[in-house]
Amino acid sequence: MYPFKYQKAATVRGAVSLLGKAEDPKLLAGGHTLIPTMKQRLASPKTLIDLSGAGLSGIEQKGRNIVIGAMTTHAEVAASPVVQQAIPALARLAAHIGDPHVRHRGTIGGSVANNDPAADYPAALMALGATVHTSKRKIPAEEFFAGMFATALDEDEVITKIAFPVPGKAAYVKFPNPASRYAIVGVFVAKKGSQVKVAVTGAGSGGVFRHTAMEEALAKRFNPKSLEGVATPAADLNGDIHASADYRAHLVGVIAKRAVAAAMA
Amino acid sequence: MTVTALGAAVRRKEDHRFITGKGQYTDDINRPGQAQAYFLRSPHAHATIKGIDLSRAKGMPGVVAIYTGDDVAADKVGGLICGWMIHSKDGTPMRAGPHPILAQGKVRYVGDHVAVVIAETLSQAKDAAEAIVVDYGVLPANADTSKAQGAPEVHSEAPNNTVYDWHIGDKAATEAAFKAAKHVTTLEIVNNRLVPNAMEPRAAVGEYDAGNDALTLYTTSQNPHVARLVLSAFIGIAPEHKLRVIAPDVGGGFGSKIFIYAEETVCVWAARKCGRPVKWTADRTEEFLCVAHGRDHVTHAELATDAEGKITGLRVKTIANMGAYLSTFASSVPTYLYATLLSGQYAIPNIYAEVDAVYTNTAPVDAYRGAGRPEATFVVERLVEAAAREIGMDPAAFRRRNFVTKFPHQTPVIMMYDCGDYKASLVKAMEMADVKGFGKRRREAAKRGKLRGLGYSTYIEACGIAPSQAVGSLGAGVGLWESAEVRVNPVGTVEVLTGSHSHGQGHETTFAQLVSSRLGISIDNVSIVHGDTDKVQFGMGTYGSRSGAVGMSAISKALDKIEAKAKKVASHVLEAAEADIDFKDGKFTVKGTDKSVDFGTVALNAYIAHKFNPQELEPGLKEGSFYDPTNFTFPAGCHICEIEVDQETGVATIAKWTAVDDFGNVINPMIVEGQVHGGIAQGVGQALLEGAIYNKDGQLVTASFMDYTMPRADDLPSFDVGMTVTPCPSNPLGIKGCGEAGAIAAPAAVINALTDALGTEEVPMPATPQALWTVIQKQSRAAIAAE
Repeated sequence: MYPFKYQKAATVRGAVSLLGKAEDPKLLAGGHTLIPTMKQRLASPKTLIDLSGAGLSGIEQKGRNIVIGAMTTHAEVAASPVVQQAIPALARLAAHIGDPHVRHRGTIGGSVANNDPAADYPAALMALGATVHTSKRKIPAEEFFAGMFATALDEDEVITKIAFPVPGKAAYVKFPNPASRYAIVGVFVAKKGSQVKVAVTGAGSGGVFRHTAMEEALAKRFNPKSLEGVATPAADLNGDIHASADYRAHLVGVIAKRAVAAAMA
Repeated sequence: MTVTALGAAVRRKEDHRFITGKGQYTDDINRPGQAQAYFLRSPHAHATIKGIDLSRAKGMPGVVAIYTGDDVAADKVGGLICGWMIHSKDGTPMRAGPHPILAQGKVRYVGDHVAVVIAETLSQAKDAAEAIVVDYGVLPANADTSKAQGAPEVHSEAPNNTVYDWHIGDKAATEAAFKAAKHVTTLEIVNNRLVPNAMEPRAAVGEYDAGNDALTLYTTSQNPHVARLVLSAFIGIAPEHKLRVIAPDVGGGFGSKIFIYAEETVCVWAARKCGRPVKWTADRTEEFLCVAHGRDHVTHAELATDAEGKITGLRVKTIANMGAYLSTFASSVPTYLYATLLSGQYAIPNIYAEVDAVYTNTAPVDAYRGAGRPEATFVVERLVEAAAREIGMDPAAFRRRNFVTKFPHQTPVIMMYDCGDYKASLVKAMEMADVKGFGKRRREAAKRGKLRGLGYSTYIEACGIAPSQAVGSLGAGVGLWESAEVRVNPVGTVEVLTGSHSHGQGHETTFAQLVSSRLGISIDNVSIVHGDTDKVQFGMGTYGSRSGAVGMSAISKALDKIEAKAKKVASHVLEAAEADIDFKDGKFTVKGTDKSVDFGTVALNAYIAHKFNPQELEPGLKEGSFYDPTNFTFPAGCHICEIEVDQETGVATIAKWTAVDDFGNVINPMIVEGQVHGGIAQGVGQALLEGAIYNKDGQLVTASFMDYTMPRADDLPSFDVGMTVTPCPSNPLGIKGCGEAGAIAAPAAVINALTDALGTEEVPMPATPQALWTVIQKQSRAAIAAE
């Protein structure tokens, strides 16, 4: 690890101000990706701005939305009665991120801002049609994720909270990488009224994506059988030693069916 | 006073220290004035070093010294050695390239040691290492075992990258057996490369005492005396009496800490050179890149059977990857620790094996839990299972028809099996596994869309390594006896100094149980001292499941001497003839009387020496022993794996695991069961999860736990563990050894279950979900084509 300056923001406004002033800053929102990368000397920000004191934790139901503060940990989301009652699929997703250490330090805002192509949360945001609230604006999930490790966030922009509309039915099924346990394929399926959204993480070379062919098939009839014969082209998918693009394409179909079945259960 | 008997499942004495964080591992040791070492490693798999520019790095903050291969050469520090000479078919000695502790002119694998930076802090050492400019001339590299012969030359000393082409067995007789065979089963087998990954990475602290001109090396070693011998006699660091090697608490070894590596050697050499204690602890990436890896065989294997289902011959051609340098015992692993076990549990009249050991641009490969015997068991048990299926016999019945049933049994490949009852362990395992009910379970699984299979592994291994004369005749550079010294204190407490080394095995408990049961004292009054060359006179260390069979036998012999002398002392205390003294349950009794004295009183009398004439009997109570075994020991057993494959995803889930092992007499069944569990976990890891993968440029793709799949608790079922016992006749305690059995037995059981489930013999290791899905896809394409 190279030396860096540590600063703790007391408010969102303070964090934004520090972002503008500090030399080569990075926000610290849990650090379970950033700190290991820094330890390996693969990342070397000059300043870390810690958001843990900026008052961004908390979960509340606001009308038909579940609103989760950006610094809320995965463990808090998993254990939240509000989330468990309104969007149990989201609570279960959070309960299966990483390991207990990660779940007690890692935050939803950190995960979403990092947009790891194998992270779980991006699939939830996309399928549930969530809105990312920032220090500047509100960004629909659809516009927020901008490819592998890339987002619509500006340099001086801080995520404050994420609002999830409560779906009628939803489920997330993950096929984990046997080594890292990140998603090789993760499919989040959500049905709200007549609209069905299917978001796939882990598989796409551009990060999380919506599977529109599946959505159309499921909108006609919300049943795993509807997905038979719905193709997932391997061309845009990742391939690595654990799963080729072809295998991932096949798994997207299998895991999507299982997600639909779980949503119906 | 509570005596702990042999066979008692007492809790481990050492665990309180470990689980409360009070263990003292090498990284816990810090010496006054200590500096930190960091190794600059090659990013290339194969390159010449055209120049190293240290000018900027040497001026960096905190830098104490930077050394390269030139300094090593100038100091005439010898290279690392391989301690087992293997001869090729034509009688020529193996062709080994030099193995300098810092690269000289060339690097041969990613991670090869180019320079060491010693600085006040690790961070400063890393900063300086980044400022070193190395001019590499990158050469084409090869990491592929099967392509090594013909690939770019790794060492000019080894033409065609071949270290040796060795063979064993009767070629002509085996060829004749195959010609006459009714049926021949052929398999192409890849035994996947593994990274040991002990929980504690390797570490070292070297320290120089200028006043005494003596060096101390604290290190993560399974055999500190062997390390001292090699460092002193071959590498020339210091004479043995001026070099102390201490292996304190060591957090797992699995073979990987047997070897004498570059980093530890550099630390102790550099400590004198720079005048500061030098510490190095591997980070996990260094551990992946530079620890000696395991396995990595490519094998063509054949089994000949006659019309009655009797095995008439076995023939094997193996290419074994040695990596870029020959590690300490690398040459012995694919030869005498492998091919000598190719008879398995079977009476096979004709065996012929050829083994080519090859250099590649990868980390050195050496012994890893089982060392050669997992590879042999995998070949034999895969062949046997496949042969049974091909000739339409039940795999268990086929095994029973071919088991060795009369002992001693001389195999065609050196080993003389001393005892065993292979049918007993098979029958017991089949009952425990409810093999009869398998058909029903398979049908039930099919209804759930799962393919269920059952696989056997009736393994044998050679442990209790080993009779010194025998291994000497096969090329070993050392004897493989063990030493023990039993020191009885005046109050009757006991210290045992052993040449064995515990790095997870529980010697502090099991060895104390032996003393407790023999002397009738509590295990709390016994200390086991190991891992320090200044305390223990000499020892060969712990590996090859040898510490029970060999290490404890040495203690047992020393206890015989203690008992004999104590009887003499007791005869004076009790004023009776020595021949009339009985010793039982910690008491010396005069035969036919109620006159007795306890062990502690006798110990005190041995030291105060008031009651006997020093001309007749020396004071004190301390005895030593060197025990050299008369034979290997042959643990054997039967493991049965039941597995389910999800046809849609290729995920394999172990549904049921039954292990019935014959380890001879057992000292502590709880510890033995733990060893079985751990061994199976590692074996399942090899079969389903683990695989070290280098890409075509020789980069290690699986260099972290993000990509290298270590087994986790949820990858494993609960194990049903049972035992059968045929006491080993080759050592005084009847022990065979248990440390490696699980890792040896498990891979074949898993793959045999998978091949049963999938109906094809072509299942690779590790059988990852992707690999199994690929097999299933291939089968369904073949089925469609056939329609």
